[in-house]
Amino acid sequence: MISYHQITLKVNGETEVVNVPANMTLLVMLREEMGLTGVKNGCAAGECGACTVLMNGEPVNSCMVLAAECDGAEVITVEGLSHNGQLIKLQEMLIAKGGVQCGFCTPGMLISAFALLKRNPDPSENEIREALVGNLCRCTGYVRIIDAVKASVEK
Amino acid sequence: MHLWQEFRQPISISEAIEDLINAPSPVVPIAGGTDLLLEMRQGRHEAANTLIDLTSVPEMNVIEKRGDSLYIGACVPVSQILASTLVNNNAEALIEACDLIAGPQVRNTATLGGNVAHALPAADGTIALAALGASAEIANPDGLRKLPFLELFLGPGKSAIDKTSELIAGFYIPLSHKGQASAFKRIMRPQGVALPILNCAVWLDGDERTVKDIRIAIGPGGPTPFRATVAELLMKNKKLDEELIREAVKKVLEQGSFRTSPRRATSEYRKHVVAGLFSDTFNQAWERSNNS
Repeated sequence: MISYHQITLKVNGETEVVNVPANMTLLVMLREEMGLTGVKNGCAAGECGACTVLMNGEPVNSCMVLAAECDGAEVITVEGLSHNGQLIKLQEMLIAKGGVQCGFCTPGMLISAFALLKRNPDPSENEIREALVGNLCRCTGYVRIIDAVKASVEK
Repeated sequence: MHLWQEFRQPISISEAIEDLINAPSPVVPIAGGTDLLLEMRQGRHEAANTLIDLTSVPEMNVIEKRGDSLYIGACVPVSQILASTLVNNNAEALIEACDLIAGPQVRNTATLGGNVAHALPAADGTIALAALGASAEIANPDGLRKLPFLELFLGPGKSAIDKTSELIAGFYIPLSHKGQASAFKRIMRPQGVALPILNCAVWLDGDERTVKDIRIAIGPGGPTPFRATVAELLMKNKKLDEELIREAVKKVLEQGSFRTSPRRATSEYRKHVVAGLFSDTFNQAWERSNNS
């Protein structure tokens, strides 16, 4: 019999109390229990970064984190970036610069870039590349995504 | 069938040891899980009954000075090791190794304890710790004891710690003094997720032109993390010149076992590149030692 854990966590600013089985990943909890399907299931092996969310302010692959580990944590998904339907500048620039094609990597890219900009509001191109090294994109060739992050911090 | 049925999150080392002994077996400790979860899902690691998550144990999450050592808890995420001034000032090789582990998301989750417990002969963190002269702090029902780092390893993927009653709590690294420095380099295909073709860490104590003391670790150079002790002995207390490095490389090749591994590299290739990798790593450490 699998054991269940009652956890309390903040997801996109809202306090949630959930009963999760011991083997459920954070990814599955967010998508299937909370309907936050912006979190994508790509490789499920911690390599592609499509499932990236912020956990206590730092990007993690939600496919490699267990939901039961998240008691007391604060989680932010791509759904938590915009407020009242108003996109943040990073999101607007990703659209404007053509950084979105199929869109599957986009939520993870946004979360990784958002974490970078919070830590470092004026990153160099190299710092942007390093921050996005754990997010794979098979469409854009990355250049437009990097341009979008740069544009989002231009005065 | 589930890969495990129960999940426990002890908040002290003694509670973790108690869970290890008393929870429904098989019990598997998890410290980040970026390797372990993957191996379990892919059927390369036996299923567990209980997973014991060690990342909430405060004693295993500290980086601090303890006497003449730097102590790094086994569950400190790699990203926090990278950000630590204490580690940057005392263990350059470990910083360079951690900086090559995967991407930001994995580094925020992965831990040095997990890296070492996995017991791979070429794990980057492991090779750096081997050259830095680290020792491991082992917790068991009797308390804590220190173990020389290389005694942790029995074979590829085989750790010497008793899985049913022991844990790696952390690592001690001697503090760095004037003239001492280290470096880590690796040869790999793409940056990121894969194990290296070859990696190397060098720690040394230098004095103008003399190598007073040196430790060399190379992976994979055998079934367990390889210390090139014959080359170390050759170089110790010798004046540095090109000839000394050439002779040291010969000893590395004689002592090490550089095998072919599928998908990574052939034995011939490894033997060919080890000279350049070792001398580059040595030179980096030497330069730092002169400036320290």
